[in-house]
Amino acid sequence: MEQVASIPATVAERILQRRLRRGYLADRLFAYTTWLFAGVVLALVLAISVALLVGAWPAIRKFGVGFLTSADWNPVTDTYGAVVPITGTLVTSVIAMIIAVPVSFGIAVFITELAPRWLRRPIGTAVELLAAIPSIIYGMWGLFVFAPLFAEHFQPWVIEYIGRLPLIGGLFSGPPLGIGVFTAGIILAIMVIPFVTAVMRDVFDLVPAVLKESAYGLGATTWEVLRYVVLPYTKVGVAGGIMLGLGRALGETMAVTFVIGNAHQLNSSLFMPGNTISSTLANEFTEATGELYTAALIELGLVLFFITFLVLALAKLLLLRLTAREGERT
Amino acid sequence: MSLYVRRRIVNALGLALSMLATAFGLFWLGWLLWTLVAQGLPWIDLSVFSQPTPPPGDAGGLANAIVGSLLLTGSGIVIGTPIGILAGTYLSEFGRKTRFAAVVRFVNDILLSAPSIVIGVFVYELVVLRTGHFSGWAGSMALALIVIPIAVRTTEDMLCLVPVSLREAAAALGAPRWRVIFAVVYRASRAGILTGVLLAVARISGETAPLLFTALNNQFWSLDMGGALANLPVVIFQFAMSPYEDWQHLAWAGALLITGGILTLNIIARVLGRARNIE
Repeated sequence: MEQVASIPATVAERILQRRLRRGYLADRLFAYTTWLFAGVVLALVLAISVALLVGAWPAIRKFGVGFLTSADWNPVTDTYGAVVPITGTLVTSVIAMIIAVPVSFGIAVFITELAPRWLRRPIGTAVELLAAIPSIIYGMWGLFVFAPLFAEHFQPWVIEYIGRLPLIGGLFSGPPLGIGVFTAGIILAIMVIPFVTAVMRDVFDLVPAVLKESAYGLGATTWEVLRYVVLPYTKVGVAGGIMLGLGRALGETMAVTFVIGNAHQLNSSLFMPGNTISSTLANEFTEATGELYTAALIELGLVLFFITFLVLALAKLLLLRLTAREGERT
Repeated sequence: MSLYVRRRIVNALGLALSMLATAFGLFWLGWLLWTLVAQGLPWIDLSVFSQPTPPPGDAGGLANAIVGSLLLTGSGIVIGTPIGILAGTYLSEFGRKTRFAAVVRFVNDILLSAPSIVIGVFVYELVVLRTGHFSGWAGSMALALIVIPIAVRTTEDMLCLVPVSLREAAAALGAPRWRVIFAVVYRASRAGILTGVLLAVARISGETAPLLFTALNNQFWSLDMGGALANLPVVIFQFAMSPYEDWQHLAWAGALLITGGILTLNIIARVLGRARNIE
């Protein structure tokens, strides 16, 4: 009698065991699969770096460091130097940040501190939509709509008055072409505003209400609360947002390609046409003939990847520092 | 008193400037959209959707480019999303606090903003050089590489929002971990992940730079992913830069189509996201 009862019990147990084991196996399998794909993300960055390095190798071997210090870019004689596009990339991005940072700060302040609650979401959404518009649309608009108006109404005035000033005058001289380095900077600024704004808005929201309330309680004005409470508390995050915007501006391609004029020349005036790394790639890559030409272009891509990687890594580290501090507090 | 007045003035000035900045930002959005409608709408008619891209001087449309774009975007999403979702699942469910996950998270955030033209060059070297010709597959690979970091990020964010108690409840019922994830965690974050995918579609359907060296362009009607494939962004680029007026008109029509589609997707994604929050 006892034996008869115990047999079904062991069978049930065995089934249970098998099921558990199968579940355990499936668990392990699933965990490893996801781990593998997480590894893919990591491998991707390595693969991109290696592939660019391999592709650029002929140019690296031929020109060495000279690639980064020579301004001579001549497919006819097969000599390549990257100074013009690198300078163009840096200058357009700096112009963009000079315009975008204060504007983004203003928008973030308006959304987090000033706007009535019902207005916050629509304005936030509208600014985010600015980031959704493809860069090629900015390019077309910049070339066909913005540049002519800029050349007709803004540039002559600037050349006439600011162009005569000592020191900075040289930056704003030359014919009012409409297109050029400065125009590219303005378009880039409009394009990075939503990214910088989004980060600033997020970090402003991290400021504990108690801190702001105590400042208001002491009689501070809204501006003073921003200046002496919000900004000091979030400055690391704000810097991270600026770096993120810079990273975006450095790599932006199509919009710049449309409006910068695509000339391989260095010019002291910002109103003259120029070039960036990405616009050079967009214009010349498919037409490049010869191993060395292609390799030089790929090396440009490598330089761009390297610069943006550094800037974005810095952005990420700054933002991590802010959130880590936030974690300690709560 | 004068100090008080000065503080008030500085305050008013600062706040006025920030309102001005907001108006400045919205001004560009309005201007851009107005330009698109004004320049694009007159040229949108049936032939845009029914005829392939014409040689200069002829009548034609954008049909091959529209279909090519749909193919490229669709296959880019199909390739990129599963990879991204699985990697995101690892970050949220298995490796949450490991050092490996921290590195992946860091690298992923950098990939998220990496210049898309570099990805184009990468795929060119990897695929186009190997196979010897431009192809739709190369284009969709480049787009998939852009989708992956977006999918990883949204998946992780959305899975982290699922309360731990839900997972614990399922585990207490005896469900193995993978069942917990499939039947509970994924299901709870479905709307959020879908939002992310929609945003990824919006993002890649306007990407031009990575397609320049991969899918290139094709003037003729083609559904062959193995060869060069027409697509809206590259057609817009070539036609807009051309000296022919009828090509430029088509470029504006395409620009309006693409922007309209992307903004619609963005708004749908937002509404979906909000519905979830209210839930």
